[in-house]
Amino acid sequence: MSRLLARALVLVVGVAVIAACSSGSPTSGGKQFSGVTVRVVTFTGPQIAEPLQRRAPDFEKISGAKVEVITVPFSDLYQKILTDFATKTNSYDAMVFDPQWMGDYVPPGYLEDLTDRVQNDSSLQWNDIAPFFRDFSATFKGKVYTIPLDGDFQMVYYRTDLLKKDGLQPPKTWDDYISIAQHFQGKDLNGDGKADYGSCLAMKRSAQSYWMYLSIASAYLQSQGTKQGAFFDTNNMQPLFNNPGALAALNVYKTLSKLGPPDQLNNDVGNSRGFFTSGRCALSLDWGDIGTLAIDKSQSTVADKVGAVILPGSKQVLDRSSGQLVDCNPTLCPYATDGVNHSPFAAFGGWSGAINKASAAKTKDAAFAFLSYMSAPAQSNVDVTIGKTGFNPYRSSQFNSLDNWTKAGMSTQAANDYLGAIKASLQSPNMVLDLRIPQTAYYQQTSLDTNLANFLAGQQTAEQTMAKITAEWNAKTDELGRSSQLDTYKASLSVTK
Amino acid sequence: MSGYVSTRGFRLTRSSWRSLGAGLDRYAGAVFILPAVIVILGFSIFPLLASLYVSLTRLQFAAGGVELKFVGFNNYAKLLVGIDHEHFLGLAGPLNPVSIVVLAAGYGLLGWLLYRYVRSASRTPGGLIGRLVVVLGAGVLLWLVVSTVMTSGRPGTVVVTLVYVGVDVSVQYLLGLGLALLVVQHLPGRRFFRVVFLLPMMITPVGVAYLFQMLTNTSIGPLYPLWVRLGLTDVSWVTNPWGARLAVMIGDVWQWTPFIFIILLAAIESLPHELVEAAVVDGANRWQIFWRVTFPLILPASSTVVLIRLIEGFKIVDLPNVLTNGGPGTATESLTLHAYTIWRALDIGGSAAVAYMLLIVVTFVGVSYVNLFRRRVTAMA
Repeated sequence: MSRLLARALVLVVGVAVIAACSSGSPTSGGKQFSGVTVRVVTFTGPQIAEPLQRRAPDFEKISGAKVEVITVPFSDLYQKILTDFATKTNSYDAMVFDPQWMGDYVPPGYLEDLTDRVQNDSSLQWNDIAPFFRDFSATFKGKVYTIPLDGDFQMVYYRTDLLKKDGLQPPKTWDDYISIAQHFQGKDLNGDGKADYGSCLAMKRSAQSYWMYLSIASAYLQSQGTKQGAFFDTNNMQPLFNNPGALAALNVYKTLSKLGPPDQLNNDVGNSRGFFTSGRCALSLDWGDIGTLAIDKSQSTVADKVGAVILPGSKQVLDRSSGQLVDCNPTLCPYATDGVNHSPFAAFGGWSGAINKASAAKTKDAAFAFLSYMSAPAQSNVDVTIGKTGFNPYRSSQFNSLDNWTKAGMSTQAANDYLGAIKASLQSPNMVLDLRIPQTAYYQQTSLDTNLANFLAGQQTAEQTMAKITAEWNAKTDELGRSSQLDTYKASLSVTK
Repeated sequence: MSGYVSTRGFRLTRSSWRSLGAGLDRYAGAVFILPAVIVILGFSIFPLLASLYVSLTRLQFAAGGVELKFVGFNNYAKLLVGIDHEHFLGLAGPLNPVSIVVLAAGYGLLGWLLYRYVRSASRTPGGLIGRLVVVLGAGVLLWLVVSTVMTSGRPGTVVVTLVYVGVDVSVQYLLGLGLALLVVQHLPGRRFFRVVFLLPMMITPVGVAYLFQMLTNTSIGPLYPLWVRLGLTDVSWVTNPWGARLAVMIGDVWQWTPFIFIILLAAIESLPHELVEAAVVDGANRWQIFWRVTFPLILPASSTVVLIRLIEGFKIVDLPNVLTNGGPGTATESLTLHAYTIWRALDIGGSAAVAYMLLIVVTFVGVSYVNLFRRRVTAMA
C-alpha cells in the first residue's frame, strides 16, 4: 500500500514538474525576440539591479525577450563572471559590471565587440554619452565592449544649512574637510537630541571602501594631468603607495575614521548614505548617489539641504623627481586653482553592460537591445534622477537639461550644484582614471583593501601599510610580467610614447 | 569415444565451474565494496588529490580559457615565509614577562607530559614518536599564539582560528553541560526551555551573523536604549580587533551551545538511576554525585561531542564573513575566510594552499585529541 502511495506521489510530482516547465516555456508572439531569454548578471544592489529588474518587464512587452536578472555580492562578481567564462559554463548572456575588469575579460576574447552595433543603433544615441564614458568606460584598446549605464565620479557632499548657519565654506582641501568634520562631530545635526557625526564614510572591508582612500590620495599624487597616472610610475611600473604623498593621504584617512559613527569601520556605502540622508552627518564622500537619494523624501530628511563640490584638493603634492611632498607651484601643479591641486577621481568608471561572445546570435541581439534600451535617453534620463537606481548622470543631455532633475524634486539651485560638481570633475584635465590592468581586482579589491582595513584597525602602522601594499603590488606585477602590465597601464591612460 | 570425451569435458567444466565459483566467492566481498570505494575515490579522494595539485599551481589566463602553471611549493612558501606570512601566521611581537611565563608554563607542561610517558611502563616506540610529534606541534602552535596574542604583535588567521576554536568549544561545553544539568532537574517549564534552548541551532549562520550585526551596533541597533543607559554609544564592538573577535565568538557560542546541550542532555537522561540512588544512600552530596558519578559516565559522550565541535569549529566562515567581512583589518578572519578572500581574487592555488594548511592543522588537532584523550576516556568508561 505504502509503495503504491509512494509511486503515485512520484507520478504526481513528475507531472507537476512537467506542467510547470511547459507553462514557463515561451508562447509565440509576433515580436522580434519572442522566445529569447537573456540572463543578465550584476551585483546584489539593491542599486544597479533595481532599474534592470524594474524595466525588464517593459522591455519584454516591446521586444518579446525575457530578461532574467541574476545578482551576486559585489565582492564575488568579478570572480563569478570570470569563472563562468573560463569554464565555458556561459550561464550569463550579459553582465553589468565594473569596466575596470575589461583588462581581464577582453584579452581572452570573452566579450562581444560592440563597436559596429553602437554606431548603427540610432535609439541608443551613442554620441550623447559624454566622451569620457565612451572612450574610457566603454572602450578597450580602440574597440567598444560595453554600453555605459552609469557615470561615476566621487565628490564631497555637505549640509548647506549647517555650513551656512556657522558661516563655513565648503571644503577646498582635505584639511578644510577635516576641520569642518571636527567642528560638527558630536553635535546634534538633525534636531533629535542625539549626538551626530562630522563625516560619514564607507570604511568596511570587502565593500567599496578603498575608493574613498584613493579619492583622498589622488589630490597628493597626481598634479600634472590625467596621463601622469595616480597608481604607478609610468616609467617603471613602481606603485605610488610608499611616499610622503601616500602617507599624508593615510593620515587624513585615519583622522576621518575617528570623525564619524562609532561603527564606521564596519559601514559600507549603504550605511554611510543612510546616515547622511537621515541628517546625521555634516559631510560625506561618495559617488553621485547621495545627490539623488537626498531628494527621495520617503527616506531622506535632508532634501534641499545638500550641496556638492568637486573632490577637495591639496596645497602640497608629491614631486615625483625628488620624492618629496612640496608646495604647489605653476610647474608642479599646472591645473591648480588658488594654489590647490584638485584631482577628481573617476572611481570605478560607472556600471556598464557587456555581452558574452559565446551566447547564441539571437540572444546577443536581444541582450544588446536590452542594454541599449536601458541606456537610451528615454529610460536613462529618468533613472539617473532616482536615488535607489545607483545610476548617476553620464549623458550630455542629462547635464545640459535641468528639467528631469527639477521634475524629480531637486531645486534648481541643488541641481546646478550637483551637476556642476560632476561637470567640473568631468572636464578637469587632471582627472584621475581608475586602474584598468589585468588583475585590477587583486591590486585594489584584495591587496589595497585588506591593507587599508588593517591600517584603520590599528593592526598596521602607516609605514608598514605603505611598504606592504608596495611589496604586494610589485610581487603581482612581476608575476604577471612587468613590461606587459606597464604597457596596459600606459594604454589605459592613453599614454602613447 | 565421444561419450568419454564428453564426460571428461563435463567433469572439467564442473570442476572449473566449482573453482570459478570459489574464486567468485573470494572476490564477492571486494565486488560488493567496489561501488562504495568508487564513490569515495570519486567524491573525496580525487578532489583531495586534485586540490593538492591545484595548491602547487598558479592560475593564468590564456586565450579562450585558463591554464594552471606548476609553481612547486611557492604558494606554501608565500604563506609561511613570503609576502602573506603576516596575514597567515601573524606578526610576532617582542616577548614580555607575562608571555614568557605563559610560554614557560606551557612548555613545562608539555615536557612533563612527555617525561611522564617516557617513565611509564606502557610506553612503546610508536607511542613515543606520536607523542614527540604532538609535543612539537603543540609547542609551535603555543609559541604562535603567545607571541602574537599576548604581545604587541598581531595574530594571523591560523591563530585567530585557534582562538575561536579554543574559546568557543570550551565555553560551549561548559554552558551546554550547565543547561543540560539544569533541564534534567524537575523544574517548572523545563519542556518549554528544552525546545527554546535548541532554537539557535536551527537558524542559518548567516541569519545569526546579521542578528549579531544589529545587536552589536551601538548607534542604531535594537539595543540602542541599553547602550545609552550604559553610556556606551560612542563605543564600537567592531572597530576594536578583540571586540570584533568577541562578537564573533559570542555569536558562535550562542549558535552552537544547543548542539552540545542536546547531546549531553540525552547522555544524562539515559544514565541508570540506580547509580545516583546508591550514591545518595551512601551519603554523597550533589557535587560528589556530579563529579564522581554523572560526569565520568557522560565523558564518552562529552568527548565525542567536543571532537565534532572541534572539527566544525575550525571551519567557521559565515559568521565573521557576514558580521565584519573579516574586519577590522584581518582581525576576525578565520582560515576558511582567508582561503575564500584570496580565491575571490582568483588566486586559486594560494587558496588551495590555505585550505591544505587548514587540513593539516585540523588533522593534527583531531588526531592528537582522539589518540591522547578520547581513547583513554572511552577506555576508562
